[in-house]
Amino acid sequence: MFFDFFKKNKKTSAEQAKERLRIILAHERAENKAPFLDDLRKDIIEVIAKYIDIDPKSININLQKDQSIEVLEINIPIK
Amino acid sequence: MAGKVLTITSGKGGVGKSTTSANLALGLALSGKKVVAIDLDIGLRNLDMILGLENRIVYDVVNIVEKTCKLNQALIKDKRTENLFLIAAAQTRDKSAVTSEQIKELAEELKKDYDYIILDSPAGIEGGFKNAMEPADEVIIVTTPEISAVRDADRVIGILEANSKTETNLIINRIDPTLVKRGDMMSKDDVLQVLSIPLIGIIPEDKNIVSYTNIGEPSILHKDSKSGMAYKNIIQRLLGKNVEFMEITEDKKGFFQNLVSLFKE
Repeated sequence: MFFDFFKKNKKTSAEQAKERLRIILAHERAENKAPFLDDLRKDIIEVIAKYIDIDPKSININLQKDQSIEVLEINIPIK
Repeated sequence: MAGKVLTITSGKGGVGKSTTSANLALGLALSGKKVVAIDLDIGLRNLDMILGLENRIVYDVVNIVEKTCKLNQALIKDKRTENLFLIAAAQTRDKSAVTSEQIKELAEELKKDYDYIILDSPAGIEGGFKNAMEPADEVIIVTTPEISAVRDADRVIGILEANSKTETNLIINRIDPTLVKRGDMMSKDDVLQVLSIPLIGIIPEDKNIVSYTNIGEPSILHKDSKSGMAYKNIIQRLLGKNVEFMEITEDKKGFFQNLVSLFKE
């Protein structure tokens, strides 16, 4: 029983493969669809940093498609 | 006649593109369709050996596009059926020896006389892949349930979508029921959830493929072959019939049968 408890919590290697693929593919698909995102991030950081003190690492850029609407979401937390 | 160009591709190498091309070409020909299979893996010729036709090659696809032979001279007739011809890849050249326009032109020409033109794509997403992709009316992506093959298949699906190739179907090859049951291989449904394109076939792992390739006889020619059966089902689906997907299960041998086969050895 004790061992079964651990067994149930441990994901099979196939489940891990699926999980890893989901994460990496979500990232790669976005990148392939909008290869300019990395450049955009760099430019935005540069411009904003001129005026406001920001942490470049905290900037989050996301391109999402929700049925028919495509949304470019840029989150810039200010220090 | 208005033939159809069917491209077999995968992204990752070694997942069974050429084996699939050989089986589908032969299967369609044996169902009465006129078929030409073209090996586009220039420099790494393979389809000829899988089909057992390597001794008959005189001219190849580069000879055709460079017009150093007539089209008819480079069409290698299959041993088993009048309906199948092979155009071999050039072995001493590389992928840059042909352009996608030339392959497109060749495919258009062949469409007049054949029902199916099967393009066996090289691995990768470079020039050779593009040559095979651009003339395609339909694309079949071959993957195995392995993480790297699925990732590469996803990349290829993305490229095809960007080039508005909409007729894209998936074959999941080499499904090992023992590993799936144990949780060490993604199932058909796992792969489909990740890739979300229509499925046209699932092929069970078949150790006999090695020997079929050794003798140049694709599995579709072997009556008792499981992978052959799976390929036959795909042929039916390509021809528009609704065939259920086979259950891929472990070979069930009882204790007694195990004992018998032990003594047979």
